[in-house]
Amino acid sequence: MSVTTSSQATVPFAEALTRYEPVMGLEVHVELSTATKMFCGCATEFGAEPNTQTCPVCLGLPGALPVVNGTAVESAIRIGLALNCRIAEWCRFARKNYFYPDMPKNFQTSQYDEPIAFDGWLDVEVPANEDGGPAFTFRVEIERAHMEEDTGKSTHVGGSTGRIHGAEYSVVDFNRAGIPLIEIVTKPMVGAGDRAPEVARAYVAALRDLLRALDVTHGRMEQGNIRCDANVSLMPVGSETFGTRTETKNVNSLRSVERAVRYEITRHAAVLDAGEAILQETRHWHEDTGVTTSGRPKSDADDYRYFPEPDLVPVAPSREEVERLRATLPENPAERRRRLQADWGFSDLEMRDVVNAGAVDVIEQTVAAGASPAAARKWWTGDLARRANADGVAVTDLGVTPAHIAELDGLVTGGRLNDSMARQVVDGVVAGEGTPTQVADARGLELVQDDSALQAAVDKVVGANPDIVERIRGGKVQAAGALIGQVMKEMRGQADAARARELILATVGVEG
Amino acid sequence: MTFTSVELTQAHLDRIGRIDPALNAFLLVDAEGALATAANVDGARAAGEELPRLAGVPVAVKDIACTKGMTTTAGSRMLEHFVPPYDATIVTRLREARMPILGKTNMDEFAMGSSTEHSAFGPTRNPWDLDRIPGGSGGGSSAAVAAYLAPLAIGSDTGGSIRQPAAVTGSVGVKPTYGGVSRYGVIALASSLDQIGPCARTVADAALLHEVIGGHDPMDSTSIDAPVPPVVAAATGTRDLTGMKVGVVREIGGEGYQDGVLRRFEEALELLRGLGAEIVEVSCPHFVYAMAAYYLIQPSEASSNLARYDAMRYGARTTPEGSPSAEQVMAASRDEAFGDEVKRRIILGTYALSSGYYDAYYGQAQKVRTLIARDFAAAFEQVDVLVSPTTPTTAFRIGDKLDDPMAMYLNDIATIPANLAGVPGMSIPSGVAEEDGLPVGVQILAPAMEDQRLYAVGAALEERLREVQGGYVIEKAPQIEEVRA
Repeated sequence: MSVTTSSQATVPFAEALTRYEPVMGLEVHVELSTATKMFCGCATEFGAEPNTQTCPVCLGLPGALPVVNGTAVESAIRIGLALNCRIAEWCRFARKNYFYPDMPKNFQTSQYDEPIAFDGWLDVEVPANEDGGPAFTFRVEIERAHMEEDTGKSTHVGGSTGRIHGAEYSVVDFNRAGIPLIEIVTKPMVGAGDRAPEVARAYVAALRDLLRALDVTHGRMEQGNIRCDANVSLMPVGSETFGTRTETKNVNSLRSVERAVRYEITRHAAVLDAGEAILQETRHWHEDTGVTTSGRPKSDADDYRYFPEPDLVPVAPSREEVERLRATLPENPAERRRRLQADWGFSDLEMRDVVNAGAVDVIEQTVAAGASPAAARKWWTGDLARRANADGVAVTDLGVTPAHIAELDGLVTGGRLNDSMARQVVDGVVAGEGTPTQVADARGLELVQDDSALQAAVDKVVGANPDIVERIRGGKVQAAGALIGQVMKEMRGQADAARARELILATVGVEG
Repeated sequence: MTFTSVELTQAHLDRIGRIDPALNAFLLVDAEGALATAANVDGARAAGEELPRLAGVPVAVKDIACTKGMTTTAGSRMLEHFVPPYDATIVTRLREARMPILGKTNMDEFAMGSSTEHSAFGPTRNPWDLDRIPGGSGGGSSAAVAAYLAPLAIGSDTGGSIRQPAAVTGSVGVKPTYGGVSRYGVIALASSLDQIGPCARTVADAALLHEVIGGHDPMDSTSIDAPVPPVVAAATGTRDLTGMKVGVVREIGGEGYQDGVLRRFEEALELLRGLGAEIVEVSCPHFVYAMAAYYLIQPSEASSNLARYDAMRYGARTTPEGSPSAEQVMAASRDEAFGDEVKRRIILGTYALSSGYYDAYYGQAQKVRTLIARDFAAAFEQVDVLVSPTTPTTAFRIGDKLDDPMAMYLNDIATIPANLAGVPGMSIPSGVAEEDGLPVGVQILAPAMEDQRLYAVGAALEERLREVQGGYVIEKAPQIEEVRA
């Protein structure tokens, strides 16, 4: 019998992939954004004072009983449908029994062999990578999506690690206990080869986008709304028998998902190369050092003594109800992005910026309100994104609406405002001074349309800069830029720069 | 004779003060709270206010139901100092009915037992004979009612904990249809079996209390969304049972049943016949497996329901020497604060639910449960109600069965099938056994949601028994003062 190990040694990734085929399984926990908890009426608001959003039910007091949150069930069904799952006609909750101080009842009310949704799939677009790997689509098979409740949150005080071992004492916040969770479990993901870490990341990203589009979760990984456990095993190339897996818990950013999977592949390969066996265990991911460390041994025989929850009645959504929910599904985010990119004529790079800025929806709304796609993109991913970034808020929380930007775009293309004036108008809109037209009126922002004032300014500037005029006449037409600047200054910015250029060139007698 | 609620409540409090030291039926007496409610009702009545039917009638509550601000122990050291921040739904309903709550009654720890000997706070004694058990788990409620310490009491019945104590104390006890009375705030033993019900001295009294506590509760998912069956009308309506078919279950009775119990049962059948009922023998072949199935399902659910008592958020905490981990504190606290019977059932249930044993034990027991429900369904196609002796014997002596769990469990052999199938059941006194002079109960069972049939048959039989026996059975109980002397 070979040695079982949780060694930290690794071999280079590319080398590992010459000998082994990785198999992954991802378990994603999604915190639903329902107003109340899974089995009681307590609020779910993030960041409240500890233990203020609790009641006899979510504290597990003697005698308390659960009642299922109907909205959470609807969300679960919609998630299942969006993942192309079958929806159970009849399913039950089950008790998962184990003792832990942050679990009030010492069992978690979950689902076991009767999940609400099962047998689905999600097509994931994996982008091209820097090593020349092409973009491709990977179909992730979904095993199941089931409903459960979150536990309380333990904080371990004292000691150096922040973990329970070595802590002086621990405190528990039960505000999180009973928050509705949907656990989405993939079937084993095989065949991704050296792109496996990217596939893992792309899957979680696609899932996040889908869940946000469904509007069932706040979807903020950094707040723990979406938490990922990554199972990884290796099998020799050509084999069809899966190797022993490890489960890396709580990998909570897209980048970490990719890095953690990559690390475990390199670590497994080293263990297997040494002729040793992988220890089946959970592992902790360390963001700072980029490694996983051993958690607790986990066998398939972990005994949670599941049995059907006798305090709840079965969930039996009618087919009519399921179809009603199906009709509420949004367009698949990936398909929608492809459609909009084509409509808008954006390059791949431009579209990626738009997606990363979270600006797809506002641009769509701005275009619908009458702006050109290019102008909408320029505003939302440029000036407005910078403002939002500087203020640390979402671009949609600036107080500027798609209608505002469409109106502003109209003022620019109609010749009333130039870009710099338009930015001043945005200052006013952000400050709550009204619509762009109201701000422009109030601030007296309007391009001077009367050539006589502009001509006077041009004459003054031309007269004051004979050397530059000589250079323009000598053929250096671009030197006119310096004069345009001065003219604009004379006009206090309220001039059309293009018209100023025309007049300057005409005044010095040069053809534009 | 008229009297005020304060006078009525005070009279009961006085009697509790005199008698209960001999019985130990109450774990907590709330004289102040009960009298305040009573005074409030008296004032309202004097002001001509319209009041609920039982307003001002005192009631005792089994210490398994959470009472806000009033210690609720479930008979366990674990909860010796637990003061719930909320009321069980049934307690809310008692308060809404403006019934003074006299206090909390003794019980086997977490309702595990048939004698109240497993209470961490000492056994309750049977008012008929202080050396005998008052039944269990709800011996406190039945003894309180039988000894006139309370006119009415709340019980809970998981395998017979209302009906068996009623039988051995000469009182009336009803387990309603599963889901007929809210379980919210009632400390769980086995969720799929537990049901709350009334304890009283007469069938009509039980019906009045049933009506107060019954009905849908959105806080209990297993609560039935339907009106309370017309139990009061049934208990006070016609005594004519002409056309009614009464089934005798062949599998309940015979060997192991005390002579006096069987004789009183045969007499009851004769009286039912005299009331116009047709007596039919029916077979429920799977009832013989009920006990085995019950002692897998009930401990399994209990092992999970009792997991929350870990001394982390509430409950008695025992901290081992050194710097123990949370798990070590949990283990030490549970070891210290749970009694042997509770530990026995947690171990049984944990084993039965374990991977590799689940199918053979819990899974198999659930199949038996389905078969028992089918037996009931088939029987109720032939008859309107079923009848049987409630218990195999009269009250046994304190200590007699404490070291023999199987003998203790057999007390519930006739009552358990109703819990497994969720059907309602009632025990009424059918007389005393001549060999020991102790009361005997007859059990009536009806289909789910047909609780009123229990009351119709129970009230008719109760009245005939009273006629032929020259009074209520409970009136034959010796005065406690005499017993003490």
